Amino acid sequence: MASYPVLNSGIMVDEDRKVFKVSRQAFVDPAILEAERARIFDRSWLYLGHSAELPKPGSFVTRQVGGRNILFARDAKGELRAMLNTCPHRGAQVCRERSGTAKSFQCFYHGWVFGLDGALRSQPGEASYAEDFKERGTSNMQQVPRFESYRDFNFVCFDPNVQSLSDYLGPAREYLDVICDQAESGMTIVGGTQEYSMRANWKLLTENSIDGYHAVTTHATYFDYLKATNGGLAPVPLKGSARDLGNGHAVLEYKAPWGRPVAQWIPAWGEEGKKEIDRLYQNLVERFGEERAERIALYNRNLFIFPNLVVNDIMAVTIRTYYPTAPDFMNISAWALAPKEETEWARKYRLYNFLEFLGPGGFATPDDVEALEQCQRGFRNSAEAQWNDISKGMGKPVPDYDDELQMRAFWSNWNKCVFQERA
Amino acid sequence: MRMFTMQDIPRADVEEFLFAEADLLDEWRLPEWLELFTDDATYSVPATDVPANASPDNSLFYVADDRFRLSERVKRLMKRTAHAEFPHSRTRHVVSNVRIRSRAEAELEVSSAFITFRTKDGVTDTYFGSNRYRLVQVDGNLRIRDKRCLLDSEGLRMQGRVSIIL
Repeated sequence: MASYPVLNSGIMVDEDRKVFKVSRQAFVDPAILEAERARIFDRSWLYLGHSAELPKPGSFVTRQVGGRNILFARDAKGELRAMLNTCPHRGAQVCRERSGTAKSFQCFYHGWVFGLDGALRSQPGEASYAEDFKERGTSNMQQVPRFESYRDFNFVCFDPNVQSLSDYLGPAREYLDVICDQAESGMTIVGGTQEYSMRANWKLLTENSIDGYHAVTTHATYFDYLKATNGGLAPVPLKGSARDLGNGHAVLEYKAPWGRPVAQWIPAWGEEGKKEIDRLYQNLVERFGEERAERIALYNRNLFIFPNLVVNDIMAVTIRTYYPTAPDFMNISAWALAPKEETEWARKYRLYNFLEFLGPGGFATPDDVEALEQCQRGFRNSAEAQWNDISKGMGKPVPDYDDELQMRAFWSNWNKCVFQERA
Repeated sequence: MRMFTMQDIPRADVEEFLFAEADLLDEWRLPEWLELFTDDATYSVPATDVPANASPDNSLFYVADDRFRLSERVKRLMKRTAHAEFPHSRTRHVVSNVRIRSRAEAELEVSSAFITFRTKDGVTDTYFGSNRYRLVQVDGNLRIRDKRCLLDSEGLRMQGRVSIIL
């Protein structure tokens, strides 16, 4: 394996000359991934799942988050629980199903049984243990160190001393509000997870998920497709701005010509669609007034929450999270978020919008995968060709949606986490 | 050659049709491949954590094409700007375990097992699962009214994408 020089910083910034460069070594060096695991994934709030995925007591899902196996369950009292999915006895994974409903969890190795809250209920051969063994609580399934929620988005953190989720999200909360306010009765996760992978560094997907600059060239065939659909698009040009939300979070907010199920009509949706979209829009006006209704309905948002959560409220709403397994490989999970009360018509068109653009079988994402994998290939030349450039829009008072401010926000925070010792 | 009805068409003829379909895909003759589908045809690849008979109207799929979107998919894949497939990958669709599941008056339900290899840029990916077809006869020729690809893998890890037609 190639060995790399020790980096002291992954970025090179010169505000006067409007230069912002990122070291390509940051995408290939195993020592960088190791530092990211210790200083980013072990210390940041990480998305676990949505409350709607656990509709009733006993509902559970198992999920990998930050390299751990997590059992996410709703206990008998209806409280959400995030537990480390490992038996306190000898370590085996307790729950081996992806999702389901349970009355209790049993480790098959020696038969220990745990409640939905992780408390040890019984173990074979109890008489051979100390009398107060169960009551000690030291043989319960362990809860994650920190577990907090915002608007049904549930997060975990493996650093017990981390700031509150609310403080961590900061101004990003307001954007989650705008997205969740689409629904009157709350948002839900539509059945079906898109799980895929890329032979590329995980940070490439951070950049790509909030990159307004690549759409016209990378996604030329998607726009060809939209133009070919009967009736076509709304007469709305792509236009908007980018904002740094602090803590490495960032957002793009912009108008675009595609249909939004809440709530921008396009001619391709016909008269039935128009009635439904008008009704949804009117409902937003009644609940929030003209100005906020317009923002909710007609503006798109690509919201990035450091380090690896993307909530894109575009032609559909996706929640996307991704983890590195190696410097040049990541696993991605994506869900469709939708208003609970949505009509059959709107749900159908939402899902069509979703899979036309967002999915790994759609008309756009496969080309993103290709682009990111080609970047990773390009980085094989990183010993000589050392730097990426993300300076577009530097110095503008309000950077456009297709500038690179949001990437600079990510990389600045990334650099701080990886290279600065904590006070 | 004797004409068969959907009531008595032998499995060998159905197999021949599916093998020919696979060849068209592997030879990148996608516009001809599209002609194997009826005007009201659908083609879908569900997510791997939904039931086999899930509907794309209320569950998330990887692919859920009506005939229009399917023809646009073919058009797209033949362009240089379909970056994921430019230059075209090489593929081999292996079709086996062909069974006629049921015969209605005008329609057959057929299932097959598939293993599809895709190779590009020195990387080879494998897709595997079963295909469920609803086949009809149009002007004496077998045609596909519905093709549903049920992936056996857990998601699309390692493949990362379904940029080809399965």
